[in-house]
Amino acid sequence: MADFEKLDVQELKDMARTIRQDIVKMVHAAGSGHPGGSLSATDIMTALYFNVLNLDPQQPKWKGRDRFVLSKGHCCPVLYSVLARRGFIDVSDLTTLRKYGSKLQGHPDMHKCPGVEMSAGSLGNGIGCAVGMAIAAKVRQEDHKVFVLLGDGECQEGSVWEAAMCGAHHQLGNLIAIVDVNRLQILDTTDKVMKIDPLADKWRSFGWKVLEIDGHDMAQVLDTLNYAKSIDGPVAILAATVKGKGVSFMEDVIKWHGAAPSEKELGLALSEIEGAAK
Amino acid sequence: MEATRFVFGKEILEIAKTHDDFVVCNADTKACGIEAMGDLFPTRSYSIGIAEQNLINVAAGLAAEDFKVFACTFAVFVTMRCCEQVRNFICYPHLNVTVVGTHTGLQVGEDGATHAAVEDVAIMRAFPNMTIIQPADAVAAKAIAHAAHQFHGPLYVRLHRNPSPLIYDESYTFELGKATRVLNFGDDVALISSGIMLQKALDAAGALKEKGIKARVIDMSTLKPLDEDAVLEAARATNAIVTIEDHSLIGGLGSAVTQLLSEKHPCHVKCIGIPDVFGESGPSEVLYAKHRMDVPSIVAAAEQVVAKKR
Repeated sequence: MADFEKLDVQELKDMARTIRQDIVKMVHAAGSGHPGGSLSATDIMTALYFNVLNLDPQQPKWKGRDRFVLSKGHCCPVLYSVLARRGFIDVSDLTTLRKYGSKLQGHPDMHKCPGVEMSAGSLGNGIGCAVGMAIAAKVRQEDHKVFVLLGDGECQEGSVWEAAMCGAHHQLGNLIAIVDVNRLQILDTTDKVMKIDPLADKWRSFGWKVLEIDGHDMAQVLDTLNYAKSIDGPVAILAATVKGKGVSFMEDVIKWHGAAPSEKELGLALSEIEGAAK
Repeated sequence: MEATRFVFGKEILEIAKTHDDFVVCNADTKACGIEAMGDLFPTRSYSIGIAEQNLINVAAGLAAEDFKVFACTFAVFVTMRCCEQVRNFICYPHLNVTVVGTHTGLQVGEDGATHAAVEDVAIMRAFPNMTIIQPADAVAAKAIAHAAHQFHGPLYVRLHRNPSPLIYDESYTFELGKATRVLNFGDDVALISSGIMLQKALDAAGALKEKGIKARVIDMSTLKPLDEDAVLEAARATNAIVTIEDHSLIGGLGSAVTQLLSEKHPCHVKCIGIPDVFGESGPSEVLYAKHRMDVPSIVAAAEQVVAKKR
């Protein structure tokens, strides 16, 4: 594996700002896409790709790598950005998001974009795929971990709970699910569309260890992810987040689930994210 | 007489003894006997429970890790309950999963409409990257087990619940994408069959011969990709085609053949299959007769297309 200096908490915070800027720039350039859930997951994704996951961008299929499955595939801008900043793809690729011929499809394609472990886009399924990957690692006695990121609205899909039951049944100690609990979905809040609470109790009752964190407290995110990696799973990390985090006019606003910022909004967003450093 | 599903499953277990390159996922059905894999090889068989969406997703995850996976249950569930997972997580990413669907067509008889998969081929055919094969008897089912094991990519194997007549002998070989000409009495009409309807096609050819109509019989064991050369050759020779399948008339063998012929060699065609209705409880032969899929109906259809030529 190529040498990689894991980023510390301050460096991760700096990187997260770069990732957030990438996200709004990409979605602006594409003219469509999903900034809200990408921004809510940014701190988690930054900690994963720049500290927690064992990866080798030079060998995306290196057998010993930790696996990461993006179950909420519409939030691929954040995945593409961390893959670019980590060296799996070129940063210049990011402006091709959703364009004809791009490796950055509107929802991730595992054969088009290096570093994407599983094609995604249809909610509730990535976790089942991650269960399959975790079974594979277990029966081969490989010691890497399998991470999967879900949305909280996604937990309304019955297939999530089929997979949760299966992960516990097969005693997948190597499986870690992270739920980005940003409380919003397309039509309204999760509370109003279809209540998912008590979410921690649900995961616990399905046989998972549950860790609840603030998904924007980088130190806590990092510690929790590394702790989850060290214990016997399956583990569910429920990360309380804010949809659109980092851009004031996007924060907690439903519209930004799937909308592209205008030129003016982009400028505002970029300078706000930049300003957060001070 | 043996059911294709059990011959296929038994052969997969035999192959497992000498090849450790595949695993099996089950969804709590006694589908094809492959469920016994866990007794022989506990680390190569995974119980997913009554959860078909997860069956396919787990299979996709295993395949992404370079396992060859057999995912087995009743066809009505594996092609419909988790239809979208087959599309988005097997076919789209072109993963090495063999989807095994058993209890297809009206042959499920007494179980009735909910269990009679009569649309499965239509659905699976519509997915890019999907290959579909169906044995006509136990000998073909055994050969197809080996072909499925060697195949790489999304594959749907269509199997049958009840024992059906043996047609082939041990000289049979299965070649993916190639139809088998089982019988050739002449150039009056070509009967193109897929699956266990082959015996009825052969019986019809015999009856037609007695009436002075010389038929040829073709077994279309690969439903997708269709063996276009075989269909076109038969059409050019006979200009009279009858397709026969234990499947809806919408989207199956008849649809594939007529689409091809209407573009490349328009000729007289009759399609034998299930009309746009669900199955129902009853002995399968009664149901076949009701939907004009029995031997006399095939004979009558052949006579009609032959008469149109004259």
